[in-house]
Amino acid sequence: MKTIQEINEKIRTGKAVVVTAEEIIDIVAEKGLKKATREVDVVTTGTFGPMCSSGAYFNIGHSKPRIKIGGGTCTLNDIPCYTGYAAVDILLGATAMADNDPRNSVYPGEFSYGGAHVIEELVAGKSVRLRAEAYGTDCYPRKSLDTLIELKDMNEAVLFNPRNCYQNYNVAVNLSDTIIYTYMGTLRPRIGNANYCCAGQLSPLMNDPLYKTIGIGTRIFLGGGVGYIAWQGTQHNPGVARTDQGVPRFPAGTLAVMGDLKQMSSQWLKGASFTGYGVTLTVGIGIPIPLLNEEITAHTAIRDDQIVAQIVDYSEAYPQIIPNNLGEVTYAELKTGTITVKGKKVPTGGISSYKRAREIAAELKARIHGGTFLLSEAVAPLPSTDSDVKCKLLNERPFKKKK
Amino acid sequence: MTNKRIVLTFPSRLVGQPITTHLVKEYDLMLNILRANVTPNEEGRMVLELSGPKKAVEEGIDYLKSIGINVEPLSRDIKWQAEKCTHCTACIPACPSGAMAVDRTTWEVSFDRDRCIACELCISVCPFNALEIQF
Repeated sequence: MKTIQEINEKIRTGKAVVVTAEEIIDIVAEKGLKKATREVDVVTTGTFGPMCSSGAYFNIGHSKPRIKIGGGTCTLNDIPCYTGYAAVDILLGATAMADNDPRNSVYPGEFSYGGAHVIEELVAGKSVRLRAEAYGTDCYPRKSLDTLIELKDMNEAVLFNPRNCYQNYNVAVNLSDTIIYTYMGTLRPRIGNANYCCAGQLSPLMNDPLYKTIGIGTRIFLGGGVGYIAWQGTQHNPGVARTDQGVPRFPAGTLAVMGDLKQMSSQWLKGASFTGYGVTLTVGIGIPIPLLNEEITAHTAIRDDQIVAQIVDYSEAYPQIIPNNLGEVTYAELKTGTITVKGKKVPTGGISSYKRAREIAAELKARIHGGTFLLSEAVAPLPSTDSDVKCKLLNERPFKKKK
Repeated sequence: MTNKRIVLTFPSRLVGQPITTHLVKEYDLMLNILRANVTPNEEGRMVLELSGPKKAVEEGIDYLKSIGINVEPLSRDIKWQAEKCTHCTACIPACPSGAMAVDRTTWEVSFDRDRCIACELCISVCPFNALEIQF
C-alpha cells in the first residue's frame, strides 16, 4: 500500500518510477502484480480524439468606454459566442458555426471552420477578430466593438469541456445502400468500412475502469497544459454491462475537464472538420494513475485484446435508436485493420490517434519524472457502478398551445 | 477499355484551340473534364478523364504531347501535408490503392505517391484537411 503523498515525495526527489499504460502490461506479466505494485509508482495514460462537448470561456477585459456584451451578441472570426454572462465574459463552443456558413445545404457539407478552429488559432498565438453588439446602458454606454484580440490580451481563457474522454465507444458501420456522413467519419454503404474511436489499452478511463483513483479534482494533462477534472462528464453512464475485469462493453464513464488555455498548445488541441457532420475539437488528455494497491495495478495492465466495443449501424440503428446487435469486437481485432461484420471482411479506420495517445502518455511520464507534474488526490469520487447515475433518453412531452 | 486521369498544362499559344474536340472526333475518346483553369494569354491547366480502347487513349495522349501540351498523370497532384496529419487513420479504409498506409507498430500514417490513383476519396474523410488536391 502506498499513498499519493508518498508518491509525490518520490516525484519531488526524482525517485518515482513512472511507466506508460502500454509498458505496465509487460511489467505485470513478467513480475506479477505484487512486485509491479511495489516497484512502479505511476502509470500514465493518453488519448487524442474528437470531443464535441468542448469549449472555452474568456474574459476579454473592459473596453474604454465600457461595453456590456452580456445580453448582446459577439463573434470571434465570425463564429458566434454565447453572451449570457456578465459584461465581458464570453463562451465559445467547439461546434459553433458562422451564421452564414452553408453547413450541409451544399451536400454533404465541408464544415471547414468553426469554434474549434478559433480555439486552435488562439492557442497557437494568433489574433482573431472580435465583434460585439450591445444595447448600451448608463454604466456600459458602448454599443459596438470591432477589434483584434489574442490570448495573451485576455484576463482569463479557460478550456472547459462538459464531456470528454469517453470510456469506450461504438464501432460505426453503415448497413444502408448509400454513403453516410457521421461524427464517426464517412461510412461507406453495405458495411464498406468500420470506424472506431478509442485509445483502448492507453485510454485513461480504460485503465481505471471503476474510477478508483480518477475523480473530481484529479490533475491531468489537458491540451498540452495542466487541467483538472471538474465533475463527471455529461451522459456519464457507469452502470453499463462490463467484462469480468470491470471494463465497460459500451460507452460508459465521461469526464468534465477544465484548464488554463494560455498554457496549452495547438499541437494538442486541434479543430476538426467532419464532412457532412460538423466541426469538433480534437483534445489531447493524459491522466496519471497512482499504483496504490494491486487492484489498481491489475486494472492498468489491461490489454487491447481484453477490451471490447459494440458494432453499431449508423444508418438506422443509431439515429433512430433501434436496438440492432451486430456483435462486438476487441480493440486488438480493430487494430489489425480488418474485422468481420455479418460474414464480411471490413477495413477499419480510427478516429482517435493512437500515435498521439502514445506521445501524450510518454510526455506525461516525462513531466512526472522531471518533477514538474505532481499527482493530486481526488476531492470526491466519480459516480461508479454502485451509483444510480445513468444516461437517460429525453422524455418528450410535445408542447401544445392553449386555445 | 481503359480509363486515365491526366493533368494537361497548355502553353498560352494553345489556349483557345479546340483540342478536346479533336480527341473526341479523331480518336473516338470519351472525355470528362474534371477541372479546368484556362485564362486567355496565360498558361491553362485541365484535369481530364479519358476513356476508350487502350490504344486510342495512348494515341490521344501522344497527340496532346505532339502539339506541345505537357501531360502528367493526376496522381502527382494529391498532396499529403505531414504537419497537419494527426495519424488518426480515418483515411486508411477510404484509400483503395494502399497509398495511405499505417505502420501498425508505430501507428504512423504515411503516403506513397507512387501508389496514389488520385481518386480523391481521402480528401473529404480527413478531419484535419491534411490532404489536398494541387491544381
